[in-house]
Amino acid sequence: MFFTIIGICIGSVLFALLGYLIGGFVEGCDRRISARMQGRVGPKIRQPFWDISKLFKKEKASTNPSENTYITCALVLLVISGGVFFAGSNLLLSIILSTLSTLFFIMAAYSSRSPFSTAGGAREILQVLSYEPMEYFMAIIFYIVIGSFNVITVSLQPQPLIVYGWPVFIGMLFIQLVKLRKSPFDLSTSHAAHQELLQGTLTEMSGPALAKAKLMHWYETVLMLGWTAMFFLDARPESWIVAVVAAIVAWFLDIWIDNNFARVKWQSMISWCWGITLCTSIVNFIFVSLL
Amino acid sequence: MSKPSKSPWVIHYDASSCNGCDIEVLSALTPGFDLERFGVINTGDPKHADVFLVTGGVNTQNISVIQQIYDQMLEPKVVIACGACACSGGVFHSCYNLIGGVDKAIPVDVYVPGCAVHPTQLIDGFIKGLEILDKKAALMSSKKKNKQISQSSGVQAIPSPEAAEHKENSLNQETPVQKEETKRGA
Ligand code: SF4
Repeated sequence: MFFTIIGICIGSVLFALLGYLIGGFVEGCDRRISARMQGRVGPKIRQPFWDISKLFKKEKASTNPSENTYITCALVLLVISGGVFFAGSNLLLSIILSTLSTLFFIMAAYSSRSPFSTAGGAREILQVLSYEPMEYFMAIIFYIVIGSFNVITVSLQPQPLIVYGWPVFIGMLFIQLVKLRKSPFDLSTSHAAHQELLQGTLTEMSGPALAKAKLMHWYETVLMLGWTAMFFLDARPESWIVAVVAAIVAWFLDIWIDNNFARVKWQSMISWCWGITLCTSIVNFIFVSLL
Repeated sequence: MSKPSKSPWVIHYDASSCNGCDIEVLSALTPGFDLERFGVINTGDPKHADVFLVTGGVNTQNISVIQQIYDQMLEPKVVIACGACACSGGVFHSCYNLIGGVDKAIPVDVYVPGCAVHPTQLIDGFIKGLEILDKKAALMSSKKKNKQISQSSGVQAIPSPEAAEHKENSLNQETPVQKEETKRGA
């Protein structure tokens, strides 16, 4: 128990540092690749780091002082969630902590009482509602296949999780779009200007609070890519390379979809997500029980 | 440490433009000119923006809107007036409802002339604006330091000559860059 806690603490600190660097790099590549897909040159890869440092230096102002507290809590919880996952500890705990972090983010959006961010917060709740069941089904399948909730045990298995859990993997790929707020499902925030909700949850955040919200997105991206990579790990050392490549391919797919599909209504988002969750989970349960 | 000019986020407001300048502003963001190369993002949210791009002149109906957007933006911020209308009223200057250029409502930092303004001119004006943005940011951080010193020692900070000069300038609402630009525009 003691060692687990120490491990999670070290994991969180390392995740806070490495997640920042990797997340920023991934975001930079995302913007660059998106620009190339649109026929533009795009900003430098370091651009997201410049954005963050600028935001931290801007004047502080918020309509409600508690906004900053909420957003800080959200960021810290997300870092701990990543720490739990990358330290190889409990997957279920990681999922719950990351949801809790999103709830704090929603509180931050609601705290300003502006109609734009309130609507953004409501839509964020719908997004949580869409992706949450899939995450728990993934954890259940994980437990059935591996026999434990500890992430570290995947690296002791003779075969990767994908062999028995490919249906939930497909579901997770779909959910990833919602969780990372990529285009068909970017209901709660939007990167481009002149949208019907301005920037949704981010509308009333400014300066350091906005910087923290951006950082949250980086950490979320790294965590989601970690969950994708987890499916490909096993006892063989080469599997680490396969896992990283798989995460990169999944992420590229996300960017491609982000740039090619228009936003859907929330009704379609929920029905698609739940439909896919139900299908992939049932198929996976049958598949696992037959073997 | 990076400067704010490395990531200038923009909010664009169409005051009473004929839409000629708006199209040019948008074309500056499209593949041909791609302002995002320099980290420019069109935010549409005054609280996120560093640069306020205004096209068209100020009239009695939109003056309060311009002032409100300006007030919602956080320091350091820069205002760029795009096109002849935004600089002085342009072809509409003697209309019964027009008050004049954007500087009748808020302090303007850079005037970009042209009817309609060409995207390359706009980029030129942008670069001028970014220099001012950096200066304002430096001023802000030096003010913050002065405040900290005065708080820790209990002595009131003496404003730097630069700050005094800036204050004077902002009262006159005309910086050297502006003067140059207005001359060029005239
Ligand atoms: S400057 Fe010319 S193009 Fe621009 S808004 Fe005025 S009239 Fe239209």
